[in-house]
Amino acid sequence: MAHPITPLSPPLKDELDIVIPTIRNLDFLEMWRPFLQPYHLIIVQDGDPAKVIKVPDGFDYELYNRNDVNRVLGPKASCISFKDSACRCFGFLVSKKKYIFTIDDDCFVAKDPSGKEINALAQHIQNLLTPSTPLFFNTLYDPYREGADFVRGYPFSLREGVSTAISHGLWLNIPDYDAPTQLVKPRERNTRYVDAVMTIPKGTLFPMCGMNLAFDRELIGPAMYFGLMGDGQPIGRYDDMWAGWCAKVICDHLNLGVKTGLPYIWHSKASNPFVNLKKEYKGIYWQEEIIPFFQSIVLSKECTTVQECYVELSKNVKEKLGSVDPYFQKLGDAMVTWIEAWEELNPPKEASAAAEPKSVKKEEPSPKSK
Amino acid sequence: MSQANIMDNEVDIVIGALHSDLTTFMNEWRPVFSRFHLIIVKDPDLSGEIQIPEGFNVDVYTRSDIDRVVGSSTSVLFSGYSCRYFGYLMSRKKYVISIDDDCIPAKDNEGSLVDIVAQHITNLTTPATPFFFNTLYDPYRKGADFVRGYPFSLREGVTCALSCGLWLNLADYDAPTQALKPELRNSRYVDAVLTVPVRAMLPLSGINIAFDRELVGPALIPALKLAGEGKFRWETMEDIWSGMCVKVISDHMGLGVKSGLPYVWRNERGNAIESLKKEWEGVKLMEEVVPFFQAVRLPQSAVTAEDCVVELAKTVKEQLGQSYPMFVRAAEAMVEWIKVWKAVRSG
Repeated sequence: MAHPITPLSPPLKDELDIVIPTIRNLDFLEMWRPFLQPYHLIIVQDGDPAKVIKVPDGFDYELYNRNDVNRVLGPKASCISFKDSACRCFGFLVSKKKYIFTIDDDCFVAKDPSGKEINALAQHIQNLLTPSTPLFFNTLYDPYREGADFVRGYPFSLREGVSTAISHGLWLNIPDYDAPTQLVKPRERNTRYVDAVMTIPKGTLFPMCGMNLAFDRELIGPAMYFGLMGDGQPIGRYDDMWAGWCAKVICDHLNLGVKTGLPYIWHSKASNPFVNLKKEYKGIYWQEEIIPFFQSIVLSKECTTVQECYVELSKNVKEKLGSVDPYFQKLGDAMVTWIEAWEELNPPKEASAAAEPKSVKKEEPSPKSK
Repeated sequence: MSQANIMDNEVDIVIGALHSDLTTFMNEWRPVFSRFHLIIVKDPDLSGEIQIPEGFNVDVYTRSDIDRVVGSSTSVLFSGYSCRYFGYLMSRKKYVISIDDDCIPAKDNEGSLVDIVAQHITNLTTPATPFFFNTLYDPYRKGADFVRGYPFSLREGVTCALSCGLWLNLADYDAPTQALKPELRNSRYVDAVLTVPVRAMLPLSGINIAFDRELVGPALIPALKLAGEGKFRWETMEDIWSGMCVKVISDHMGLGVKSGLPYVWRNERGNAIESLKKEWEGVKLMEEVVPFFQAVRLPQSAVTAEDCVVELAKTVKEQLGQSYPMFVRAAEAMVEWIKVWKAVRSG
């Protein structure tokens, strides 16, 4: 096979946005430069809008602080969390690209067992561009990976797979544990590099971590709402979980796939377990009701788009989880607000010529470089 | 008392011998197997004496034993790769580990010999987590745990009934795949064990498995025989069928199935293209079988593995049997198997 003599353009360079929520700084991007510089960044600045977040030189970006969120969404801004990384989903809303990669600002480049630096984005892209296999488990994991295939007994009619909507990556070093586990095992580090990507079977839920995540915005974007967390809310650290449960139920309904496994990033900061416990506390109890809710929900056949599925889901949330806590009534409403905002900022392609979206111009409010 | 001592007399290693000379095979596995009791069942269609080296605690069963125990009309259940099921029948131990006779120990990423017995036993004696996927895989492994967002009420897990291992070198691919990619070898050692979620189906490969015989022994069934079934893994579906049954039954009984470690090293044998030439019902068969297993539900009244097999056999006959006589035979074999299982247990 001939090899190209000039390097190929970074894959999906003009079709992918990188969304980064931050409250501190973006120094971590320096380490990612070789892999991420070709791509456009959407920075969502949480916390004090007066603070100036410096973006390393050479990156092409747009930055939104709380004032921008309010300006863009008006009253609908109520659905975007404040003082919680859940605010990242605002970046998903305003992106105009097909794919999103989102990463936390304490996540660095990891090395594989051979010592080679891992291009996490390239792996996510590979995951998203190859099919998923949710209807039958392949014991050799992702059959589309080089060096693997479907095993004996795997039905041929299922070997085409389905489109992959979400690629969920993992973390070396500080694992994504909840507060109780962190308190019990403060020294535990994830040192095990599991060289696999796999599809999460249909009908199975999982805890989706937002630290190292990529998805096809056109396939599943409207379901990637990270809920009401943080300031003024009774709960925190369940934003990505909530999005993951909603998104998985909808993916299962629409016959889309979710992959988990590679790529790994290096997670450097362990957040304070006592602070985490306070945030998660209610979630730990509520989860016991929430999980059976998601496990048993059946979306009606009439729901054929993500938005329709999501709105139906929100009705069910209010109806069935409303009795657990009034928070779920608020959350259900916020889910609807989110969809309204999504529709407004992402009108159907035929209407986009006529529509006058309130979306911010890329030159405002912070200067772009490059 | 170490865990190893407890385990030794609770484990049987069952080998279906499709070759008569097992000298090399047994010598390769000596470091791992010599502590345990072995059951070797000779394929009734194989001629010649079984050759095994000294130094093993082993019972060998041949055609005459099979005929004696189950009767010559039923002994047809145990031909070819299915001869191992006779070993399951004869075992009196809690845990059975079974591998094909063309595998040798693999090496892990550090270069150490993989002790498949230790790993399978660990898999079977730690809980499985079929109701919710843990993204760090088996949470009971050293250095791992449940991740944030994993419901606490599900962290106790359920008993693991079946442990499905994997293969380096010659993976368990079907004939078309291996014929299309003759150079394809599995060199990727994936350092994970994970629970296959409830209601998710998987293709069980008999090449390297272990199970809790007391819990699900009856559910591993020598029932499905392809008309053209041969003496190569590419030409059989006995384990695939068995696996679909045992997964449905495990799901029904609230038991778990794990997949992943341990690996064995599988050697070259046969020719994929040659196997392709045989009439290949297996492929067509899976297309029928999958929707059936996806939808089948066992009644609440079926509480033991035996009950479950009998109920499943009824449904197989009623539904799948409509289109294919092969499934009628399979259903009858399932019922026959349970009769034999019960008879041997009570005798």
